[in-house]
Amino acid sequence: MATILVDGRACPARMDENLLQACLESGADLPYFCWHPELGSVGACRQCAVKQFSGPDDKAGRIVMACMTPVTDGAILSIDDPQAKEFRAGVVEWLMINHPHDCPVCPEGGECHLQDMTVMTGHARRRYRFTKRTHRNQDLGPFLNHEMNRCIGCYRCVRFYRDYAGSEDLAAFGAHDDLYFGRHEDGALENAFSGNLVEICPTGVFTDKPFSAIYSRKWDMRGAPSVCAHCAVGCNTIVNARQGTVRRVINRYHDAVNRYFLCDRGRYGHGFATTPTRPRTPTTRQDGIPVPVSITTALDRFAAMAARGPIVGIGSTRASLESNFALRALTGPDRFSTGLPQPEHDLTMQVPALLRATPARNPSLHDMESADAVLVLGEDVCATAPRLGLALRQTLRRAANPAADAAKVPHWMDAAVRMLGADTPSPLRVLTPAATDLDPIAATAHRAAPDDIARLGFAIAHRIDASAPDVPDLSETDLQLADTLATALRTARRPLIVAGLQYANAALLHAAANIATALHAAGTDAALSLVVPDCNSMGMALMGGIPLDDVRAMAQAGRIGTLVVMENDLTRRLDATILHDLLAAVPHLVVIDHIATPLAQQADLVLPATALTESGGTLVSTEGRAQRFLPALLPAMPVQESWRWARQLSLATAGTEPDWTDLDQIIAAMAQDIPSLSAVADAAPGAGYRLDGRRVRSEPARISGRTALRAHVSVHDRPLQASPDTPLAPTMEGAYSPDIPGALIPFYHAPGWNSVQSLNRFQQEIGGKMRGGEAGTRLLDGTPHTPPNWHHDIPPPFTTGPDDLLLLPEYRLFGTEELSTLSPPIATRIAPAALRLGTMPAGLENGTTATITLAGEQITLPVRHDSALPPGIALCPPHLAARAFGTPVHIQLRREDAS
Amino acid sequence: MNVSERPLTAMIGLPDGPPDCAAYGRAGGWQAVRRALRDMTPEAVIETVTASKLRGRGGAGFGTGQKWSFVPRDPPATRRKYLVANADEMEPGTFKDRLLLEGNPLQLVEGMIIAGYAIQAGHGVIFLRGEYHLALARLNHAIAEARQVGWLGENILGSGFGFEIHVHASGGRYICGEETALLTALEGRRAQPRSKPPFPQVGGLWGAPSVVNNVETLCNLPHIVANGAEWFLSLGLGPDSGTKIYGVSGRVRRPGAWELPMGTPLREIVEHHAGGMRDGYRLRAFLPGGASTAFLDAGQVDVAMEYGAVEKAGSRLGTGLAILLDDRTCPVGMLHNLEHFFAQESCGWCTPCRDGLPWVERLLDAIESGTGEPEDLDRLHDHARLLGPMGRTFCAHAPGAMAPLASGLKLFREEFDAHIRQRACPLRETA
Repeated sequence: MATILVDGRACPARMDENLLQACLESGADLPYFCWHPELGSVGACRQCAVKQFSGPDDKAGRIVMACMTPVTDGAILSIDDPQAKEFRAGVVEWLMINHPHDCPVCPEGGECHLQDMTVMTGHARRRYRFTKRTHRNQDLGPFLNHEMNRCIGCYRCVRFYRDYAGSEDLAAFGAHDDLYFGRHEDGALENAFSGNLVEICPTGVFTDKPFSAIYSRKWDMRGAPSVCAHCAVGCNTIVNARQGTVRRVINRYHDAVNRYFLCDRGRYGHGFATTPTRPRTPTTRQDGIPVPVSITTALDRFAAMAARGPIVGIGSTRASLESNFALRALTGPDRFSTGLPQPEHDLTMQVPALLRATPARNPSLHDMESADAVLVLGEDVCATAPRLGLALRQTLRRAANPAADAAKVPHWMDAAVRMLGADTPSPLRVLTPAATDLDPIAATAHRAAPDDIARLGFAIAHRIDASAPDVPDLSETDLQLADTLATALRTARRPLIVAGLQYANAALLHAAANIATALHAAGTDAALSLVVPDCNSMGMALMGGIPLDDVRAMAQAGRIGTLVVMENDLTRRLDATILHDLLAAVPHLVVIDHIATPLAQQADLVLPATALTESGGTLVSTEGRAQRFLPALLPAMPVQESWRWARQLSLATAGTEPDWTDLDQIIAAMAQDIPSLSAVADAAPGAGYRLDGRRVRSEPARISGRTALRAHVSVHDRPLQASPDTPLAPTMEGAYSPDIPGALIPFYHAPGWNSVQSLNRFQQEIGGKMRGGEAGTRLLDGTPHTPPNWHHDIPPPFTTGPDDLLLLPEYRLFGTEELSTLSPPIATRIAPAALRLGTMPAGLENGTTATITLAGEQITLPVRHDSALPPGIALCPPHLAARAFGTPVHIQLRREDAS
Repeated sequence: MNVSERPLTAMIGLPDGPPDCAAYGRAGGWQAVRRALRDMTPEAVIETVTASKLRGRGGAGFGTGQKWSFVPRDPPATRRKYLVANADEMEPGTFKDRLLLEGNPLQLVEGMIIAGYAIQAGHGVIFLRGEYHLALARLNHAIAEARQVGWLGENILGSGFGFEIHVHASGGRYICGEETALLTALEGRRAQPRSKPPFPQVGGLWGAPSVVNNVETLCNLPHIVANGAEWFLSLGLGPDSGTKIYGVSGRVRRPGAWELPMGTPLREIVEHHAGGMRDGYRLRAFLPGGASTAFLDAGQVDVAMEYGAVEKAGSRLGTGLAILLDDRTCPVGMLHNLEHFFAQESCGWCTPCRDGLPWVERLLDAIESGTGEPEDLDRLHDHARLLGPMGRTFCAHAPGAMAPLASGLKLFREEFDAHIRQRACPLRETA
């Protein structure tokens, strides 16, 4: 640590940071634009000018840019120096020359960093008396508005989009005061993280388009900490709501997980909860026609059904731990299903065990960023876990650090580090059946069938540790590749292996575990990350249950009276014929869900559940981190949480009454019942948490319209009842400070800092942990290491018959994950379905259609040639077939005749 | 003046055009590269150039040998390094490199081989101003011939040293003349300057150690190596060594460029070489070394054109090509013209330059066209004060733009006041 003098005040500072960070961490107000804690310094905006003195006797000093000046012990600087203040006021005056004075109608108003900085510097009077330049705006697709006239040329957008997130379809055009940040032509931004431009842009150039349609000022919205439900990474979010509707989702900083950025699926996926078809009332079916009924009637119906036979429950990997636990309590553990068909069930159950048994680290996303060799084994993480893919991309930037160290350039000096690292070899190696977004920056991007990738993986493990099993009959090229990759991993200090469940291939997971084990034994600080498909797949793996196949067997044996399916569309899990047989063998089907699924249309009773944004609960992420989400809205009865429905169903049956009524109680009951989930209560403070003796307020102090919105009903203030599940107060009354626990942050605000940049004030150090403590708790840590336990299930080389194809699910950023697909802005981005083939059989060409037969069902699709695919492999979007892809299946292909 | 006293231009202006390899050799060329590659270590070349006190001729005047000495020397063979010739001559009023490029391209080739050998770079790049079409053709021709004869390529003269030269014609931005923006442009990216450190000698083109030298600087090298540092030191009239290509533009009888001893007084250049002012025009003020140097008053015309003397007089030697302002040309109009150039050529990277210079331009335009307000002068002074010092802006572009403005505001105070008072340009009709 160093000490710097800021206007005579001694402040602690770290030697590896710059003066701007040190000043901000000391609590000083120093304005800035182009610097971003995750993007580093480039010195473009010149806003953070301070006066630096060479010693106590230096009275003149020198103006320096704080963001470009490293901390030195004993550095003397002044923010209040008149020359520095004059220069900073000048910079804002220059920035405001062309900036429109449209704050009252600008969606950024009230959370605009430019507004904050303008007020901070004191620029209040316009002296420029000439015309402003104007620009034509572009249509950038369904996610973002573009208003270039507001641009202040800080270059953050292109630095994030190009340098950090790796796409090239957003660029800086023009020069001098006629800069233009946009695409070469109108069109949707291609990058999976484009929505972050909303938070990256310090003013209103890039704003949230879906939010614009249901716009509200930041200060007029309630906020609640939430967790993204659209993959298993578990990005932390803030959900904003007003007048009973969700308005938007923004990033909630978690130092180890998503940090500053969300993917577009997470930011724009929340629209599934407001689809018109969403069930809002209990519905029974009379003569095939759905009839809305009251809760009492619904529960009576259920009681009647339950009286006629045993209940079996099917849980869900997209439902909270609490909801699954409540259903399990209703049916008993033996009659509670994970909702997964056998192969996927088995794989999912294996993952926590694999992670625990492998001595390598189970890394967080932030941890992954500093890996110096990465092997991705058969998983397109950019589609299945996009934010994880972005973290892997950062390994390339980190790889430049040694070159920067050699040139004595600090790591935050972003442009210089990237330039010095231009020759640094990529630490990324990708082995997948199909092309991924990481390929262009990977040192190796190799295409093979999943079994062949697994074989390569086993061979790599053997080359690192000879006691690991070797692979017979490897081809010469595969031998060479295995040697190269083994050397790259073995010589790294922090190698990382990433695999996942995308191709439902157990050998892939086992090969990954073997490599990680071998690397650990070889003395490297190895890490193993296994990507599971859904937001609570890992929670389900820890909870356990029976596979769907057992439910089928019970049904066929006539041992099911009522089947309760919770938040799980079985039409996505099972073949149509199998599902048909299952339902035919079950007298009563009850569906609890918050979306209208094809399964719900066949149910005798549908119970309307809350979406994630309206309820509290816990999800366990792919790294085994239990994270709590809290309601941004209180659901309007009869919509209620699945676990409350399950509790009511328990009451309605003659069984035992659950001894829990609120979230904390069910978590406590779950901890007692399931040892692997005993730490879940630590994920966030419970409803009893008080800050300075008060609940945390979920609405900003400036919220307006509290009584006016209901004035046509009553002009009296209506006290809102706090949810028993959350320590957040439902209104503006309550405590608020930068010391709020990270799991409870409802919104970011600090005096003078109305934008998301106020986050700096909530961190112990910039880019570090939250002052109020980290959100969530890791459940898989702290297991004792065992001697290497090698997996031996090496598959034979992949072959296909002349007419056979291995059909693999093509997991896409948009269109595969169930819930986000229902969100209107995302629905417009779903590419047309196609059958992609590596080798085109005779008679087929691009655009012609072909029919594939899957378990007796015929599916017709247009055909696309994909030269990257290995022979014998075909890809098909799993969402389109709307059926089970638990296991890749061999298919036969038939050309669809023009007739 | 005999030939050895104007080494840079001795072979320029011959009736047959620029010399080919053979003619260049007959006239004394290739001696230096032979000596350097056969008899000298790279360190010895750097020592000789350092001893000659050759300073960069692009405008900043940094010691060439010193600049080279920052290039990491280990491990010499394995590491990629680059030598870049800055031939992006875009400074208004400056046309000296064009003379050298068109007149004797092989002299630059020889200079680059020597510099490349000194820093052990395998590749040289000439970053050429896009509009220099004739220079481009002659350079490409000269390089192709030199390669054929064996002056370029692998293992030159059996020394084990190999060197290639590539010519890049610029897309055309003034900022590309700034050495780090030049490197960024060569990499195929937006021509934006880079922060230092790292200096190009450590992390330059594609992150590799690189030296960027001006064309005139490089052209001096064959003569220094061939004739020795002592000879080069003896050429200058004052403290600075060598000769310099000086030039004059403005209302003189014979505008042009001439190679003269370092330290030649401007009065001699104007009156003797440029033939003095044209009839009916008197010298009012001058920019001694290009558009980004400060105005000096007509009374300072006796200044010796060398680095220290011009600085002492209140300006910079810059490129050494002076722009003269006469008594019938409006100084506000001239400043407006200059600031229009600087505003337009701002790369747009940093705020003060990007948005400050256009404001300055518009203020000068208003004053010149008769709509100026008295406060406008305060705004101009504000900009000169806020943008003038180095370090406020990302690179030296804005301070360069402020040099003529700040000096002009002092020197032409009466003219500025008259414009605003009369709401018109008083010189418009007489010009």
